[in-house]
Amino acid sequence: MKRLPPPAPIGLLPWLRSRLFDGPASSLATVLILLAAAWLLPGALRWAVSGAVWSADAEACRQAAGACWGMVAEKYRPILFGRYPYEAQWRPLCATALLLAAIVFSLLAPALTRRKPGLRLWPWLGAAWVLAPAGFLLLMGGGAFGLAAVPTELWGGLPLTLLLATAGIATAFPLALLVALGRSGPLPAVRALCAVYVETVRSIPLVPALFLASFLIPLLVPPRLSADVLLRVQVAITLFAAAYLAEAIRGALASVPDGQRQAAAALGLGWWGTQRHILLPQALRAAAPSIANSFVNLFKDTSLVVVVGLYELTGSLELALSGDPQWRSYHLEGYLFIGAIYWLGCYALSRASRRLEFSPRA
Amino acid sequence: MSAARTGRAAWLLQIALFAALAAGAWWLAGTAAEEMRARGIRSGFDFFAQPAGFWISEGVFEFDPAESYLKAFAAGLANTLRVALPAIAAALLLGTLVGIGRLARNPLLRGLCTAYVETLRNIPLLLQLFTWYYLLTAMLPPAAEAIELLPHVFLGSGGLALPWVADGGLSLPQRGGFAITGGAHLSPEYLALFIGLTGYTAAYIAESVRGGLQSVSAGQRQAAAALGLTPRQTLRLVTLPQALPMLVPPLANQSLNLLKNSSLAVAIGYPELVSIANTTLNQTGRAVECIAVVLAVYLLLCAVGIAIAHALESRLRHWERA
Amino acid sequence: MTPSPPRRFPHPLAPLAALAAALCLHALPAQAGATLDAIKKRGEIACGVSSGVPGFSAADDKGQWRGLDVDVCRAIAAAVLGDATKVKWVPLGSQQRFSALQAGEVDILSRNTTWTLTRDASLGISFAAVTYYDGQGFLVPKRFKVASALQLKDADICVQSGTTTEKNLADYFRAQGIRVKPVVFEKFDASLKAFFNGRCVAYTTDASSLAGIRAGEAPNPDDYAILPELISKEPLGPAVRRGDEDWLAIVKWVVFALIEAEELGVTRDNAEARLKGKDPAAGRLLGQGEDLGKALGLDAQWAYRAVRAVGNYGEIFDRNLGAGSPLKLERGANALWNKGGLMYAPPLR
Repeated sequence: MKRLPPPAPIGLLPWLRSRLFDGPASSLATVLILLAAAWLLPGALRWAVSGAVWSADAEACRQAAGACWGMVAEKYRPILFGRYPYEAQWRPLCATALLLAAIVFSLLAPALTRRKPGLRLWPWLGAAWVLAPAGFLLLMGGGAFGLAAVPTELWGGLPLTLLLATAGIATAFPLALLVALGRSGPLPAVRALCAVYVETVRSIPLVPALFLASFLIPLLVPPRLSADVLLRVQVAITLFAAAYLAEAIRGALASVPDGQRQAAAALGLGWWGTQRHILLPQALRAAAPSIANSFVNLFKDTSLVVVVGLYELTGSLELALSGDPQWRSYHLEGYLFIGAIYWLGCYALSRASRRLEFSPRA
Repeated sequence: MSAARTGRAAWLLQIALFAALAAGAWWLAGTAAEEMRARGIRSGFDFFAQPAGFWISEGVFEFDPAESYLKAFAAGLANTLRVALPAIAAALLLGTLVGIGRLARNPLLRGLCTAYVETLRNIPLLLQLFTWYYLLTAMLPPAAEAIELLPHVFLGSGGLALPWVADGGLSLPQRGGFAITGGAHLSPEYLALFIGLTGYTAAYIAESVRGGLQSVSAGQRQAAAALGLTPRQTLRLVTLPQALPMLVPPLANQSLNLLKNSSLAVAIGYPELVSIANTTLNQTGRAVECIAVVLAVYLLLCAVGIAIAHALESRLRHWERA
Repeated sequence: MTPSPPRRFPHPLAPLAALAAALCLHALPAQAGATLDAIKKRGEIACGVSSGVPGFSAADDKGQWRGLDVDVCRAIAAAVLGDATKVKWVPLGSQQRFSALQAGEVDILSRNTTWTLTRDASLGISFAAVTYYDGQGFLVPKRFKVASALQLKDADICVQSGTTTEKNLADYFRAQGIRVKPVVFEKFDASLKAFFNGRCVAYTTDASSLAGIRAGEAPNPDDYAILPELISKEPLGPAVRRGDEDWLAIVKWVVFALIEAEELGVTRDNAEARLKGKDPAAGRLLGQGEDLGKALGLDAQWAYRAVRAVGNYGEIFDRNLGAGSPLKLERGANALWNKGGLMYAPPLR
């Protein structure tokens, strides 16, 4: 039996036919999708756009047939900044901007170096990652330079989400590197230890681990050693992220061809030398997308701290709406609003990580 | 440095490491015991035999408040599995379909599947659960005024009621005073958790499936086309059998993630293991014991899951070769 | 996601098991007086409150805390530190409240918490006094036309977990032979949201909170009714960590002093005049003549400062829960003992 290649479609209609109505299954899918769109889209648009109320007018919202975006106009500050003192909310705003700038700069760095190969960005990146967190903590916590001190229990909203995720990945990375090296290293006891740590953490959900950090630790250690609840939760998140990250790095280490290891041995490099100069640079480049992926997951997982009473973005939305009978009915709008924020953050990150994936191996 | 000396140093290092860890653990346990004693907190697992005193509103088996905390934990575990197992099945099915759809020639279908994956993967699961729960409660009429979707199938803010086999006959849901009585009943908490977990995990599974299918080399597909196989036959006879054993580890991983993520139920009030443990913790004050039991149960469940995945993987590899 | 390499069988939680095994059963008393010293050194009292129960403890838009439980902490701060504003407010969920107290994150738990035997005896905490005699009730939307809790057969009832409420609910309906479906939430906010979203036919919690919820949280209070049944006894009051008897005594007697002040007719406004007045009982309370403060490790005017800061018990009640508040609750069981209620302070002498 001989099959000729299909003739290349010319013109709009044949193209449509070849793509949208290519066989019964494809035609059925096209018809179903178009029908569903015709059925759902007008209602959705009516709700979200034409019937919606855009001003912070509770009375208009009650009368309206559509969404009440006015709720966001009314409540965006408690949603974005939680219980942070109202007059001082320029501080979390600046702190968030500072941290975001550092993140964006880091993500753009590979593209910049590619465009200008001679550019040495490492010192700048290092400086950004010392200054941005320091500035963030100073702005949020205050207590110096005439800024009033604000205790961590009042931190909330987007800055808290960013803090938990960024500090989580920054502290988890070195730990994960050690664990990954330990697990693929020559020492059997260390290997076993790292394996137990990684597999244990990966087998338990984050929620009970957060309960452990927030309710249990204070009961088990003397008060002088028991840190602030935010710090305890941060440590739990770090330990969690590190286990997943270590797996990603170990997978990348294993993916480096064996010839590289043998070549290093032939050059007389020791174990550390091989890891440092040969394997890690290759592995980390290969692991870059999964590291970025871990960061995206961490960013999403920070929403779980709401179960232990920390009011990050999701928690501060609940706080802003649940206690206010006038606006409580507009949770859906709130979920969509913060959903859009999360989506933007995660999507941008995963796009950037895909660019890392396709970047030519230097 | 000679190999023998490196070896001895390495062993000394490892012994020192273990000694330090053991000392740390010993110190921690000692301090913890001391602290709890000093604070007058009772401990021990004796509370497990006491009557729980609370109701569990739904589950695989009826739970009476006069039964023990141990039984309550069992009911919680049963509830975890009651939502996780069907959701895993549904997520695998939906995820595979969407993953295949991501590679379809039809741009509408491909776009829809891509939009699905990119939306659900980039929004926290907790937020999705909140949204589903809100839609299922606030947007539906109260239980007594539930919508009758099909004859004897009711959907309202009290959940979904379906005809079900009971006592040897078919039990049909009926409108009662405040609720739909009879038949099988799925609460909105269960439904929101099921839909949320399924949708979220399916997005990840779709990506794994797509990656797995794409990893089967183009040459294989071209060879299949040369043999005169249609695209659907190629998928069924060539691509899937090769991709399947490769897909087992990531899909097993996603299924275990779903199982672990079912603990997010505490946020929307579905009485699964973590939620029951939390209630017990509050009523008895035995925080260490409750959290330890939860962690141990998840370790065990994951170990079982991994064992199943290994067995499945080796079976599939044999099947592929046969 | 990177397909992860095959995983090995996870090891059991050896450290946790060792931990659990190492724990013993008997309580050692903490050092008496340590709490007061720590508070004085810190300059403020850490007070655990609920995160938003109108009338008991709720922060307004400006972050100002109001309510009966809040005023109890203020009175203690005034008595101990001489300044009612020296309080650090720690909002606690029903899950965290006991562990926060046990762990020393708060010095006093003043968070509409019911005094029960199990809590008093096994959680490492001690209840100091009763500041509100409550009972558990039901809130229902009027459109369901429910007149009694006994009509709630098969109904979904929203309740917060980790509370005595959850157990009372099971006890009451089991005794009546009625099956109901509790819908349990970890958080007060979440349970409330679910109820007002129409998830449940009824909401159950302490009757006083129900009044607050109806007045302050319902979209339209007139659409909701509180059922006549009270199904439990809920004596609410402050609790402290076990082991520091001196601190327990201070909390206990500050509360009694507020009740005694009402009985003697000492108010925020007349306290200064009464201090110099002829009534020996009022003089004793306010620090004239006999020095009661010394026995507590405080100065003579501890109670005077407490009353000046927040008023007597009656004033606190009126302002937060009674006629002077949006809740408009009757005194009922919370009237003084000589007016038909249960509020009774042992003699301050």
